[in-house]
Amino acid sequence: MELFEARNVNKVFASTQALTDVSISVKEQSIFGLLGPNGAGKTTLIRIINQITAPDTGEIFLAGKQMTRADISKIGYLPEERGLYKKMKIGEQAIYLAQLKGMSRGDAVRNLKLWFEKFDIMTWWNKKVEELSKGMQQKVQFVTTVVHRPKLLIFDEPFSGFDPINANLLKSEILKLREDGATIIFSTHNMGSVEELCDNIALINKSVKIEDGPTDAIREKYKSNIFDISYSGNYAEVDRVLGSQYKIIEHAESEKGNTLKVQYLNGNSNNDLIKALMPVAEIRAFEELIPSMNDVFIKAVEEANRS
Amino acid sequence: MNNTFLILKQEYLKRVKKKSFIILTILLPFLVAGVYGLVIYFSIKDDTEERKIAVYDESTLFLGQFDDTGATKYYFIPEDKYTELKTNLKGSGYYGLLYIPRDIYSNNQAQLISEKQLPIELAEQMERKLSRFIENDKRQKIIDESGIPDLDEKLAQTRTSVRLSTLKLSESGETTESSSIVAFIASYAMGLIIYFFVFMYGAMVMRSVMEEKKNRIIEVIISSVKPSQLMAGKVIGTALVGLTQVAIWVTLGGIGLVVVSSLFAPESAQQMGQSLMEAQGGMNPAAAQAVDSNQFTEVMGMISNLNLPLILFSFVFYFLAGYLLYSALLGAVGAAVDNDEDSQQMVFPVTFPLILSIMLLFPIAKNPEGQLAFWTSIIPFTSPVAMMARIPYGLPAWELLLSMFMLVLTTVGAIYAAAKIYRVGLLMYGKKVNLKELVKWLRYKN
Repeated sequence: MELFEARNVNKVFASTQALTDVSISVKEQSIFGLLGPNGAGKTTLIRIINQITAPDTGEIFLAGKQMTRADISKIGYLPEERGLYKKMKIGEQAIYLAQLKGMSRGDAVRNLKLWFEKFDIMTWWNKKVEELSKGMQQKVQFVTTVVHRPKLLIFDEPFSGFDPINANLLKSEILKLREDGATIIFSTHNMGSVEELCDNIALINKSVKIEDGPTDAIREKYKSNIFDISYSGNYAEVDRVLGSQYKIIEHAESEKGNTLKVQYLNGNSNNDLIKALMPVAEIRAFEELIPSMNDVFIKAVEEANRS
Repeated sequence: MNNTFLILKQEYLKRVKKKSFIILTILLPFLVAGVYGLVIYFSIKDDTEERKIAVYDESTLFLGQFDDTGATKYYFIPEDKYTELKTNLKGSGYYGLLYIPRDIYSNNQAQLISEKQLPIELAEQMERKLSRFIENDKRQKIIDESGIPDLDEKLAQTRTSVRLSTLKLSESGETTESSSIVAFIASYAMGLIIYFFVFMYGAMVMRSVMEEKKNRIIEVIISSVKPSQLMAGKVIGTALVGLTQVAIWVTLGGIGLVVVSSLFAPESAQQMGQSLMEAQGGMNPAAAQAVDSNQFTEVMGMISNLNLPLILFSFVFYFLAGYLLYSALLGAVGAAVDNDEDSQQMVFPVTFPLILSIMLLFPIAKNPEGQLAFWTSIIPFTSPVAMMARIPYGLPAWELLLSMFMLVLTTVGAIYAAAKIYRVGLLMYGKKVNLKELVKWLRYKN
């Protein structure tokens, strides 16, 4: 079931088209990656979801109902540019922010204490924000984003400013949040984390959505039929049988065995490649290379910009 | 509504709990009282610095006639000493050198030479001495020539000093004693206080908006509450801080008034009055008699004869409306800019009318019925200060109502415009903003 849906959203700022007919739908309890180059319109879309700005045309739905201002308490938003009140004590500040999201004070205190203990930051409760390092502030900010148990979480570059250990902690917390029922929209330029976390993605370029679907399917779609093959046999023979049908990208010979990176051109299948090799070589390993999200991103954006 | 209240509470408590607020609120009245006390004290206190003045009297009319005044002592010197001192006053031990020329009677001119800039008071003292002496001398001559007996006493009896006690006729036909001086002081003070409050609290709202924008917490906040709720909470919360401060000061002032009036019972008031008069140098000895024993209680009476309920009501009204107007504009400025230098540039045009009204406060308070006072108290941007300066004098009800109406109308309009700028500005970073740009924002849709 779809928890969130945007239909044909358009937004123009002065003379810039920020979003052109963008539709996305996010399944309940999934992690949705919102990708795109800088200035593509991701932040605008996120702000529209948060009701910070309104779309010029188009509709947005939460759990099947058209979204209203009242729904924002069901959203937790961690913006890319984040900040807290510098002079305010952390505990008080977190309570205040939770109350603004509609929690009662007692509820807020109880939940915050759980999260503070989980993140091992209980000792910061009475400290002022300005006494904390940037990374510490990020932790507090993350807690204030999720403490009111929102149905929909929006993270814009959540890992920036975290060391690898804390980034891992955060990653596992995000996955746990999904298990506990949250739906997550996740915007980042860190493609490694997209592969790890996202069930689905949408790719926006220059205000237009150019790609969307399950992460695996998209990577599959952008694969370029390249295989890594280990074999024993004569390279010259291999080269001969593969002929003009295949393109050998690189090869190496050693005593332990030879390796080959090969791409098949039009109309072939994996089995055709194996069949062609069988007479001249003993195949030890055969692996199709699936492009990383990084490759997909670059390829898709470049293609879109060319057309 | 709930969120507005949360923000209001947060803003209010944040400011009221601040040490600087508590210290300022409690200390400021004492500070003001202290400063005025010191000014009065120093003006009453005798000038104790010992000064020797050498007098060369070419006319020979004044020899031996100069009495020492306080710590200032006069020494008559011969001509050769004068020529010597004239070029070499330093180290001679004399503070100044007074030269009375031969023709002083016809010319009314004398010279005072000194190394330092002389205190005005000292120069005036000598002028008075010389003038009075010549005046008396001339009069004596006339008296002698006229041959009328006892002319001197008769002339002395002609000296008159009229005191005007101003009574104000109220609509019900009662007269109350008023004092233009008390009204002037009240008028000036009211104008200043309103200016101070509107400026201080308006700027507070602006800084608070800027802080949220600079901290980047603003995006989190407005993903929880509407910008209008945020602004409303902020503005009302800050206004309550101001009212809290006024309430504390009114209470302290009330207590102070009771304490002071019991301290200055009539007899000590008389003493104070007299010492004040003496401090004025006995320019007009007759005036000293004007200080009757009840002067202090009289002043207190005049203060209470000001229309205090009206003043208090108008103060709260003009404070709130003026503050709302300027805090809305300054809040919009705070949202539009993202660094301090830009804000400086934008603040000036916005607050210019307020600054103008404080510059015009003196002429307005001096002539509260004039054209200047009328227009500045009707035009909304200057009316909070200007009208407060007029109210202690009393004015036609329609003028007050018109001024209030105009102010409310403008304030509502300003809030509407500011809210638009605020919405657009909050998430706008790195853009150099000028007034033209702001006008453009007014036309944006959400």
